[in-house]
Amino acid sequence: MASAHLIDSLQGQISSCEAQLQDLRRQLAEAQYSQQEEQRGRPNADPLAFDFSHGIHDDFRSEIEAVLSHTARAPLPSERWPLNRNEYRRYGRQLIMPEVGLQGHLRLKNASVLIIGVGGLGCPAAAYLAGAGVGTIGLVDGDVVEESNLHRQILHSTARVGMSKVDSAMVALHSLNPSVNLVPYKDRLTPETAISTIQDYDLVLDCTDTPASRYLVSDACVLTGKPLVSAAALRIDGQLMVLNNPPLPAGDTAGGPCYRCVYPKPPPPESIETCGEGGILGPVVGVMGVLQALEAIKVLTRSAPVSGDGVVTAEPPSLLIFCAYTNPMFRSIRLRSRKAKCAACSAQATITPEALTSGSLDYVQFCGSIAPVHALNSDERISAENYAKVRFDVNPFTGFEPKNDSHILIDVREKVQYDLCNIEGSVNIPYSAVTRIPARSGNTKSAEDPEWIAELKKLPEKPVFVVCRKGNDSQITVRKMKELGLDNGGQRWIGDIKGGLVAWRQNVDKEFPDY
Amino acid sequence: MSDPKNDEFAITVEFSGGLEMLFNNERKLSLKIPTKDDSGERSNVAFLVRYMCDNVIKDPRKELFVLDDTVRPGILVLINDADWELEGEDQYELKDGDNILFVSTLHGG
Ligand SMILES: [Zn+2]
Repeated sequence: MASAHLIDSLQGQISSCEAQLQDLRRQLAEAQYSQQEEQRGRPNADPLAFDFSHGIHDDFRSEIEAVLSHTARAPLPSERWPLNRNEYRRYGRQLIMPEVGLQGHLRLKNASVLIIGVGGLGCPAAAYLAGAGVGTIGLVDGDVVEESNLHRQILHSTARVGMSKVDSAMVALHSLNPSVNLVPYKDRLTPETAISTIQDYDLVLDCTDTPASRYLVSDACVLTGKPLVSAAALRIDGQLMVLNNPPLPAGDTAGGPCYRCVYPKPPPPESIETCGEGGILGPVVGVMGVLQALEAIKVLTRSAPVSGDGVVTAEPPSLLIFCAYTNPMFRSIRLRSRKAKCAACSAQATITPEALTSGSLDYVQFCGSIAPVHALNSDERISAENYAKVRFDVNPFTGFEPKNDSHILIDVREKVQYDLCNIEGSVNIPYSAVTRIPARSGNTKSAEDPEWIAELKKLPEKPVFVVCRKGNDSQITVRKMKELGLDNGGQRWIGDIKGGLVAWRQNVDKEFPDY
Repeated sequence: MSDPKNDEFAITVEFSGGLEMLFNNERKLSLKIPTKDDSGERSNVAFLVRYMCDNVIKDPRKELFVLDDTVRPGILVLINDADWELEGEDQYELKDGDNILFVSTLHGG
């Protein structure tokens, strides 16, 4: 085991170094290229240059230019024009947009944006902001790149699996636009570090993936007076809000609502699903990240956001809802303004910079967490290894050959997961179908009972083993089956496989797919 | 749209952000609900939420929809595309043709 870990670690380090090497080579090539450009001569201020540039071969033109260049040398482009030559070329398509223009671009160039979370939202958001020429981009993430990230986290790459997400994103963003100043923060944002990290930036993107981090980022943005572009995605759905915009001090009712105004209380932890559990379609989270970049550009390029009477104005607050499988896919909802009793942004706010930096606010506790499931006694559970013996070994007492049909194996993962891979001979009864059965006590019948309950009753002597992905849903299912009287008052053994298919893969069948 | 007997009205209820799973994976329901609640008051959103718990939701995990007699934290209620706070929250009196959208917050990123 130790050597496997070492191999993994070495492979990770090698790919990290290779990526850095590749990046250095590319930087060298770029530096050499721009040096050549410099040597080939500066842009010619001579009006003749315009005529020469049409229909005349480049080599011939440079010869002519070389001859003419000894006369009245033009001032350096940087002194002459507000942007340098490369910037005009690179950003030309956005510069000619009236929504941006020269002033808007200069605002982007002087702006700094902090992107918290460099995953499915943060990657596309960072790519577009770097592409647009935002002057400084800070990247916050404590995770490393995993293979299961790659279908949506577009800045990372196969070669960079194992590298920190921040380093990986820096390589990609630098190669996209080397003029952007990138600032790495390779740890998770904490209450203690949030204010000091955020205060140096003009705007923040919340690209995180937990309720605790969303409350923390919002509180810190209110306390430091930064507008916040917040997005989230799961499965086929996405949501987007621009919060604390305009970012006025707590108590100023003209300021935009914060995350706590919209969601004063955190949702119960059992209602929360992660992308790992619920799944996520790559372009869904991509769309939301791209929209975050768009909203950031809109906020940053806006010309003096002040109305006639000197009041700071902004778009009225709204929530954009995206669903990939409805028509239309987008829907915009009008949101409340600042909440009169908001704990963060009202005159009665209780969340202070001191409370945050001292670490006395426990966001993880505030949002709660799901206690591990312990629904069964130890004699109602079997390890994956012992279940394997039931399947493959000769029974030492009876001498019977092992048979798959000596028992019933029920897999309670959802059908779509079951279809990916399953243990031979297992029967699929999705957990959602199990939970839908109303609670009842004893061996009573209900007209609405699904088929599988009747089927199990037909085979009253066979032991039932229940398995799921990780070993939680299987426990609840066993409880439910006993509630339904399927154990014949204790005569039939019903239990689950401890640790689910994860344990099955670790301890029995190494080839069982890990998805 | 409205019921000829004039003691029911038709509204649309929609779900987003995963709440549809509690409602048989249906994102949009057309409901006929009584114009007056049990005490004879005009039906409001609070009544609608109770009515849905008693008559519409099939999933036994009702705590993923209601808590302490109102929608649980983390669900936004939107009345005709506006936050219910702008419309009087659960005291908003329903009208024929109203659209009520329940949105569960997402956290993934
Ligand atoms: Zn607030």
